[in-house]
Amino acid sequence: MQPFRVLVMLLSLAGLVGLGGFGAPEAARAEPLRIVIDQGVIEPLPFAIPAFVAAPGESRQYADEIARVIADDLSGTGLFREIPESAHVSRITSFDAPVAYADWKAINAQALIVGSVAVGGGKLAVKFRLFDVFSDAPLGEGLQFVGTVAGWRRIAHKLADVVYSRITGEGGYFDSRIVFVSETGPKNARQKRLAIMDYDGANVQYLTDSGAIVLAPRFSPAGDRVLYTSYEGGAPQIYLLDVASVGRVPLPTQGANMTFSPRFSPDGQSIVFSLEKGGNTDIYMMNVDGSGLRRLTDAPSIETAPSFSPDGSQIVFESDRSGQQQIYVMPASGGEARRISSGPGRYGTPVWSPRGDLIAFTKQNAGRFHIGVMRTDGSEERLLTASFLDEGPSWSPNGRVIVFTRTTQGADGAPALYTVDISGRNLRRISTPSAASDPSWGPLQP
Amino acid sequence: MNKLTIAVMLVAALGLASCDKSSRFGGGDGAGAGAGAGDFVAGSPSDPTSPAYFSQTIGDRVLFAVDQSTLSPEAQAILIKQAAWLNENPEYNAIIEGHADEQGTREYNIALGARRASAVQGFLIDHGVAPNRLKTISYGKERPLAICSDESCYAQNRRAVTVLTAGGAGV
Repeated sequence: MQPFRVLVMLLSLAGLVGLGGFGAPEAARAEPLRIVIDQGVIEPLPFAIPAFVAAPGESRQYADEIARVIADDLSGTGLFREIPESAHVSRITSFDAPVAYADWKAINAQALIVGSVAVGGGKLAVKFRLFDVFSDAPLGEGLQFVGTVAGWRRIAHKLADVVYSRITGEGGYFDSRIVFVSETGPKNARQKRLAIMDYDGANVQYLTDSGAIVLAPRFSPAGDRVLYTSYEGGAPQIYLLDVASVGRVPLPTQGANMTFSPRFSPDGQSIVFSLEKGGNTDIYMMNVDGSGLRRLTDAPSIETAPSFSPDGSQIVFESDRSGQQQIYVMPASGGEARRISSGPGRYGTPVWSPRGDLIAFTKQNAGRFHIGVMRTDGSEERLLTASFLDEGPSWSPNGRVIVFTRTTQGADGAPALYTVDISGRNLRRISTPSAASDPSWGPLQP
Repeated sequence: MNKLTIAVMLVAALGLASCDKSSRFGGGDGAGAGAGAGDFVAGSPSDPTSPAYFSQTIGDRVLFAVDQSTLSPEAQAILIKQAAWLNENPEYNAIIEGHADEQGTREYNIALGARRASAVQGFLIDHGVAPNRLKTISYGKERPLAICSDESCYAQNRRAVTVLTAGGAGV
C-alpha cells in the first residue's frame, strides 16, 4: 500500500472523543493557566509529561514515542519548557488515579500532561488529560484519540495541538504538513523535486522525480492539492498536483511564454498567478480548471508573487514599477494598487497571514536578506531574520510562525528550511534529508 | 585575433564544456565542439559557419547590470554579430536563455530572466532575424554558470545566452 493511502485511511478512521465527566468545575480555579503570546513571552512555561500509562505489550513503545513527540512539539514553540523526568518526584501509574498536585508543584511544573496508550487490532487509542497544577484542577476535558497505529505521530501532534490551544488560546499547528522543494547536486546543476513532510520534518515523501526543475509549491486551502511551477514541458508552466494520488496536470499557458508564481484563492476555486508574454510579467487569475482567464495588472514592469487576503477581497503582490521591487495591494478584481512598503531596500514575496492582520515578506537591503512582517497598510514593519539569503515566507496555520528558505553563501552554499516566531524569537532549522527550499505550510489536518 | 588567443579561448571553452550536461549542439553554456585551433577545421571555432564559431568566436552571451535588462554597448556589439551570423546561417534557429544572479527572490528572478531574454530577442529581430526563428526561456537563478557568492560570479550569471538549435522551418 502506498504511504499516501495509509494517511487517507488514518483520516477516515481517526476519531476524537470527549471523555465526559473528567472536567472539574471551572469555578474552583483561581487564576487560569495561560500564555498570552502577544505580550512577549520571555520565560517558557514549565510542564511535565510523565511516562504515559501503557497497556501490556507493544503499547509501551508507542506510549513513550507519543509522549516524546508531544514534548518536542511544545518545547519547539519556545513557549514551553519540559521538566525532565529525572526531576520528577512522582509517577503516574494509573490514568484515573487522583493527581498528587503537591508533587508537581514541588518541581514547579505549571502544566501536567497525563496519558494512557492502548494498541490493539491495528488501532491506537490514546487518552489524555491536562492539569493546571497551581490551580489544583484539570484544564479542560479529558480526551480520547483513536486512529491507526501507523498514524501515531498524527495523534501525538493532535494531542499537542489541544494542549497548545488550551494554554495559549490560539489554534494549534502541529498536525500540519509542509510541501517544499528537495534539492541535491552541485549549485550549477541542482536537481529539484517536490516533497511533502510533517511540519517537524518527519515522514518525508517525494511527489515528483528530479527530471525537471520545479519551483515554489503552494498548498490549497484544504491541503489536498498543490500548485507549483515546472520546466517539465520546456518552459516554466504551472501544474496542479493531487496530494493523495500524486497525479499532476499542467494548467493552460494561455498563449504565454511562461506561467509561474501561482497561489490559490481562499475558497480553492481560483488561481492567481504570473504570466509572461514578450518579456513582460503581469498578474492574472483563472479558475482551477484553467478557464475564465482575467488580467489583473497591465504594466510594462514586473508584477509577480500575488497572494490573497484570507477574505478573498484583496491581493498583495510585488512590482518593480517604481524602479525596484516593492509591495502593493489591489482589489481581487484588479484595479488601482496602493504601495504599502516604504523602507529602504527591495521588498518581495508578500504573503497575507491567515489571521488577516499581517503581511510577511522578503526584504533585501545593504547586501542582506530579511524575513519580516508588516501590517496590511505597511505600518509597523518588523524584521524577524537576517542572513546572506533568506526568502519566501509561508505562514503556519495559526499565523504565529513563519517557515522560509535560508541559503548559505559560497560555491558550496545550499538552502535549508527554517522557522521563526512572528516575535522574531525561536529561530529553528527543520531537519530535512537533503537541501530544501520554497516551503509552503499547509492547513491543520482534519 | 591571433591564433594563440583563439587557442586559449578554445581551451577555456572546452574546460567549461565538461560540466555542461546539455545535449544541444554548439550552444548552451560553454559547449564547444572544436577539434583544433588555428587551422580551418570544419565544425571548429575557425569555421565561420559552425555553432562553435558562433558560441566562441562571436560570443553566445551578453551580460547585464544588477536588476537591469538594458543592453550595454558591448552587448549590442556582440548581438549585431549574432544577428549577422543567424541571417547568414538560416539552417539554425535559437533559444535565448535569460538568467539572473542569486541575489534576488526566486519569482522576481524568473521574471527578470524573461525580460533579459526578451531584450536580446527584440534586438536580434530589429537586426533582421525572423521572429519565428527565436524563442526565449527564463531560468531565473536556477542555473548559475559561476558558483561563488561575490560580484565576480554574479556578473557572469546575469546573462542571456543565445543557444542554437536545428531549424530552417521556424521553431
